[in-house]
Amino acid sequence: MLLNPAIIALISGSLLVSIFAFYALVTALGILRHWDIQSGSERQLALERKTYLISTIFSYLLGFELFSLILFIYNAQHMHDLFVGAMCAAGSLNVNNWGYITLVFKIITFVLCGVWLIVNHSDNRAHDYPLIRPKYKLLILLTAMIGLETIFQTCYFMGLEADVMTSCCGTIFSEETQGITGDMARLPPFRTMIVFYVALILTLRVGIDVLVTGRGPAVFGLLAGVTTVVSLVAVISSISLYYYELPTHHCPFCLFQNDYHYIGYPLYIFLFLGGITGMGTGAIEGLKGPASLSRLIPALQRRLCLFSMAGFLIFALIATYPMIFTDFVPDF
Amino acid sequence: MIWIERQRAFLDFTLSSLWRRKVRNLSLLMIYALIIFLLSSVIFFTHALRKEAESVLKDSPEMIVQRVVGGRHSLIPISYVEKIDQIRGTSSVRPRLWGYYFHPASKTNYTIMVPEEFSQPDDTVETGAGVLRTWGPLWKGKLYFKTHDGEAILLKAINTMGDETDLVSADLILMSESTFRKISGIPEGYANDLSVNIRNERESQTIMMKTVKALPDTRPILKKEIIRTYISLFDWRGGYVIVLLWGALLAFFIFAWDKATGLSAEEKTEIGILKGIGWDTSDVLMMKFWEGVVISLSAFFLGVIAAYVHVYFASATFFEHALKGWSILYPKFSLRPSVNPYQLAILFFLTVVPYTLLTIVPTWKVAITEPDLVMRH
Amino acid sequence: MIQLSGIKKTFNGGKSNEFKALRGIDLEVALNEVSVFIGPSGSGKTTLLSILGCMSRPTSGRIWLSGREITSLPERFAAETRRETFGFIFQNYNLIKGISVLENTMLPAYPTGMKYRVIRDRAVSLLEKLGIMSKSEEPVEHLSGGEQQRVAIARALINTPSIIIADEPTAHLDTELAQGLLDIFAGFRKEGKTILIASHDALVFESPVADRLISMRDGKIV
Repeated sequence: MLLNPAIIALISGSLLVSIFAFYALVTALGILRHWDIQSGSERQLALERKTYLISTIFSYLLGFELFSLILFIYNAQHMHDLFVGAMCAAGSLNVNNWGYITLVFKIITFVLCGVWLIVNHSDNRAHDYPLIRPKYKLLILLTAMIGLETIFQTCYFMGLEADVMTSCCGTIFSEETQGITGDMARLPPFRTMIVFYVALILTLRVGIDVLVTGRGPAVFGLLAGVTTVVSLVAVISSISLYYYELPTHHCPFCLFQNDYHYIGYPLYIFLFLGGITGMGTGAIEGLKGPASLSRLIPALQRRLCLFSMAGFLIFALIATYPMIFTDFVPDF
Repeated sequence: MIWIERQRAFLDFTLSSLWRRKVRNLSLLMIYALIIFLLSSVIFFTHALRKEAESVLKDSPEMIVQRVVGGRHSLIPISYVEKIDQIRGTSSVRPRLWGYYFHPASKTNYTIMVPEEFSQPDDTVETGAGVLRTWGPLWKGKLYFKTHDGEAILLKAINTMGDETDLVSADLILMSESTFRKISGIPEGYANDLSVNIRNERESQTIMMKTVKALPDTRPILKKEIIRTYISLFDWRGGYVIVLLWGALLAFFIFAWDKATGLSAEEKTEIGILKGIGWDTSDVLMMKFWEGVVISLSAFFLGVIAAYVHVYFASATFFEHALKGWSILYPKFSLRPSVNPYQLAILFFLTVVPYTLLTIVPTWKVAITEPDLVMRH
Repeated sequence: MIQLSGIKKTFNGGKSNEFKALRGIDLEVALNEVSVFIGPSGSGKTTLLSILGCMSRPTSGRIWLSGREITSLPERFAAETRRETFGFIFQNYNLIKGISVLENTMLPAYPTGMKYRVIRDRAVSLLEKLGIMSKSEEPVEHLSGGEQQRVAIARALINTPSIIIADEPTAHLDTELAQGLLDIFAGFRKEGKTILIASHDALVFESPVADRLISMRDGKIV
């Protein structure tokens, strides 16, 4: 195993985050067991007060999950010198089987945490906690994801050996490679970009509907999810090419490097902003049922939808910029 | 907009509250800053050493070939140069001559070396900044050397190398080839090792394999491997010291937790009043969030700035010996400042994250003070 | 109209130190009036006021404020109602020491998200009206009892509440100051505010300001 300050920070940070998520989960399940909104008893009052604790813990955890995601990628970037063949984060993550799964779990927990907070926020707007059961049950999933992420991450770091031979972005995200990464790299850039722009325009079009008439938030949420995935694929198959100005370099991580002005950070942050708020718009549509929420939710959906559209738009601008302002043309 | 005004109001009140209890908060702030100072000193210092090593190795050859005899590093015949030169992909192969010289007067080992081009006369040397400082008295500007067969020679120090690569050049003495052979006793036709430049670094692995095949008694060492060793060494040292500081961190977190739990009666009354006049639990939590932000940020800036000064201007006086691991020759060793978001993110995760998490529960306990408490006397 | 039906409040329910502070209150209080709750200490006046002011929830029973039920609100909405509908004047003022008169006055408006300037202007005009503007920058603990009382009144008014709740407001005042306070209350009534006072001070309940006396004993209205 390797011991560097970032690894210590990530392992101990994730451990703390897991402990607090678990603590919040146990508290939440305890609340559900005795919950009786009709009662004015002191116990019910104490339970209601505990809901604040859970919201607070998860609001902080969302922030920490984001930081931990960034630090994880940054550290993979930093470590690439240690492994033979690694040129960037892609190589460091490929050193053992746990690297990529940790990354995927980190992204999912971050997104899930964001969506949970949106649901929690809408529940808090109503007078009668209509969503308390579904939202606290969702915490079981979220906590499990955080726990698994912590385990995978620990396995990844424990299994690191310096001098290990790895393959890097040049081969992992190469058109010759078998498997999903190769498949994404093999996609024709031009057509992928068309799919990306069609998905984006559809999302924005439905978004405008949500803003103006309040109709179609579920469709919007679905489209936002699709656009997020399509965008990630587009980054690998095509957007990266324009940034690197190399016809075969498809790496989604080199974008985080100094050579490309750290463009990866704003690129992905705005993409996830669009994705989380967009999916949140759809997620709370299914919760309109309770009477106390039916009036509040449309307003909230409009706001989320606006954030989501802004996120996707800025992402699209960052992605489109090099296509217009560089002379580079990939061979289609 | 309402959201911003609310946050602004809470922040305002937080600042005035903190200011009112400055003595109490100052002790927390100072200890917090001290912890951040310790950690960031370690992180900045190991990072700077790594940078220094990288910059030193930047111009060194991609591969060095040593000869191994009986499992030990031995002198390499210069005739090997041609054989390596024939391997495709190498751009130049040069023999290197270097060694150590023990100077009894200063009881110090110096590195003596023949540079690729030494245009000075045979009876002169160029020295690193540390050499003249430690050598002791000179005789008419000349350094006294003893050759390998016991003869004495005097060499004039004509040039002193700059400070910017102090890490490796401090103890360096450069001389001509014939003088070097006289002092070290390395016979003609032999060198310590060969330095090989490689056109495309990606091919270095292949060239290394071909070298071993052509010259089975050699051991090629790649620059990449050296860099890798340095990085893991510095990373590991940094990690190790942080593990050692674990006790201090834990003590701080317990202290912070205790501070958050043991609010004074006055503070509790205050929160009761706020609840009574219409603040919600979440408003109090928001105010406490800003309190955490203000304290953490202040401690962070204080600690990081102090560590920056400590590492880059005071040469990390506190941990020099623990972390540097070189000979004690380098008292004037100074590092080039370099701080990046990566280091700050590590610091944030090691300090602010645990601090914040630990204060959540005590803070929440205060925030749920019953609003009607102010009515009961 | 404020309607209360079957309000009960039990502290430490089910434990050995169980205490029934209110034992079933049914009451209607008219708006735009000064109602004074009288009774010995421990009769439940303060508990009833804190339930009326959305500070605590009754163990059972309901309260309607102009037709809107306010008893079963979760805390965050109770807090909102509390700061928007009610202004509180406490027996020992409950000002926050160490900060200025002006800041104390502005505190209840912080969570509303109103612009700082608006809150400040409103606080200044209230302090002027109450004649303590000259002390606005001083820390509250430098003020005399009567002055602190007026800061507490200004604070109670900062969110322009329609109902003022005062718990033993004259407890620490001499006759002259107490009379001044009653005059202020009279002014509130003229502005159309509803005032609920708990007091066992004869000066208060014998004053012509009091429109209605509600007397309590052992957690019940008698």
